[in-house]
Amino acid sequence: MKSFLLSFLNFNESASGRVVPPSGFTAQLTVITAAAMGFLAVFALALSMATGRLADRWGTELARGSTVRISAPADQIEAQTEAALKVLETTPGVAEARLLTAEEETALLEPWFGPDLPLDTLTLPVLIDVQETSDGFDAEGLRLRLAGEAPGAVLDDHTRWRRPLVRAAERLRLLGVVSLLLIAGVTGGMITLAANAALAATAQVIRTLRLVGATDRFIASAFVRRFTFRGFSGAVIGTVFGMIAVALLPSADEAGGFLTGLGFSGMQWLWPLLIPVLAALVAFVATRVAATQTLRRLM
Amino acid sequence: MIEFHDAGYGYGGRELLTEMSLTLAPGSFHFLTGPSGAGKTTFLKLCYRELEATAGRVSIFGEDTRQMERDEVAELRRRIGVVHQDCQFLDHLNLADNVALPLSVSGRERDDRDLDDLLNWVGLSDQAKARPPELSGGERQRAALARAVIMSPEIILADEPTGNVDWEMSLRLLQLLIELNRMGKTVVIATHDLHLIRQAKAQVQARVLRISNRRIQQSGADL
Repeated sequence: MKSFLLSFLNFNESASGRVVPPSGFTAQLTVITAAAMGFLAVFALALSMATGRLADRWGTELARGSTVRISAPADQIEAQTEAALKVLETTPGVAEARLLTAEEETALLEPWFGPDLPLDTLTLPVLIDVQETSDGFDAEGLRLRLAGEAPGAVLDDHTRWRRPLVRAAERLRLLGVVSLLLIAGVTGGMITLAANAALAATAQVIRTLRLVGATDRFIASAFVRRFTFRGFSGAVIGTVFGMIAVALLPSADEAGGFLTGLGFSGMQWLWPLLIPVLAALVAFVATRVAATQTLRRLM
Repeated sequence: MIEFHDAGYGYGGRELLTEMSLTLAPGSFHFLTGPSGAGKTTFLKLCYRELEATAGRVSIFGEDTRQMERDEVAELRRRIGVVHQDCQFLDHLNLADNVALPLSVSGRERDDRDLDDLLNWVGLSDQAKARPPELSGGERQRAALARAVIMSPEIILADEPTGNVDWEMSLRLLQLLIELNRMGKTVVIATHDLHLIRQAKAQVQARVLRISNRRIQQSGADL
């Protein structure tokens, strides 16, 4: 296994690429670094996609759900509930308004108080679940009407806590994208440094090649091919390990629902396959620029 | 073939060669002499555009070298074989691959039989698989000569080709260069070995170019 990996890391290119001497440990280091970057890129991509899904879900699902809580003296609670339901039924933009059952309230409180909650011994507010139409309703107008018809009714449209959450999820998605760009930049920088080091170390070889009639394109292509392959092969290794690691992450249920499945779903699994291609592209451009500049400087 | 028109070369404000006007005709044989540091290597470098004249004009195959693009310089060097005193090889390739390097870089097919013939001509057929560090000084010089001629260039430039070898090997290398000249190649050998020049003059019509006081003097120079 070890010899297989080492031979893979020392992969020699085509016959024309042989004019560039093997660079031993530097070559392995380039592949290993590209692999690490590929691995990190998978996680950045997974983070970006998961937070994207989170933001979408919070942005759409929660935006359509509101709650009316009625806290009133026991003798008024039934009347105020009926009044509130009537107000809701006649409010434009409300698709459905229904009283939560005792079982539903128990389910809501279960995470905090446990499954054996004696609901009948607690004084709990009455909760009305309100679902909006796609057009939504005028929250301020509804609050005023409820205040008039059912003074104990309080409308909670989740805006206060939903907006920061959606904003946070969007920021996380942006951070994921920024991380991907940084990883691409670091990969490009690393490959540029490695290519420059290889070019500097082989200045004598380059002089000999120029002496026998090699064009800049020929010399540069030998380096470009080598580093593009290293960037690509390293990124393939890192991406494969990254995808395995993401696949082995706890599922959304096990994680308690909050992470909502950090990773990829469905066709999203195809996205990480672009990472080696992009790594090869970054390596190609970085090495080409480095080689062209160095060759012009050398002679 | 190679023409110097009042050409000169200076570096760092110092003039190394000046007012050089001469023509190296096709099929000619020239020795370039002068004391160490006189500018023999600089002159040869001007001949294959490793250096660019800073004054006057140098034309190779009718092209002004200062007007050449980098790719054109590469093309030019495929028509000129160069043998250096410190032969430069790619140590990770074997001798045969090193000799065939000009073919590889120009994208030409390598004919192994032709390559064997060439290595046989320079007496290195047994060393084809050897790496350059394993070769002696004389073997390296002959390998460099084989590499210089594999593209069948029109001009052979040799910079002190016998500098690191014994007299017997010097004569052998000289013989190879004379053979090339008889095949119609223009040969320029930079050397300060007067015995070698006298040896050659007995076999070939060689002209002597002597660099003295930054100027070049043509045949008739005092040996």
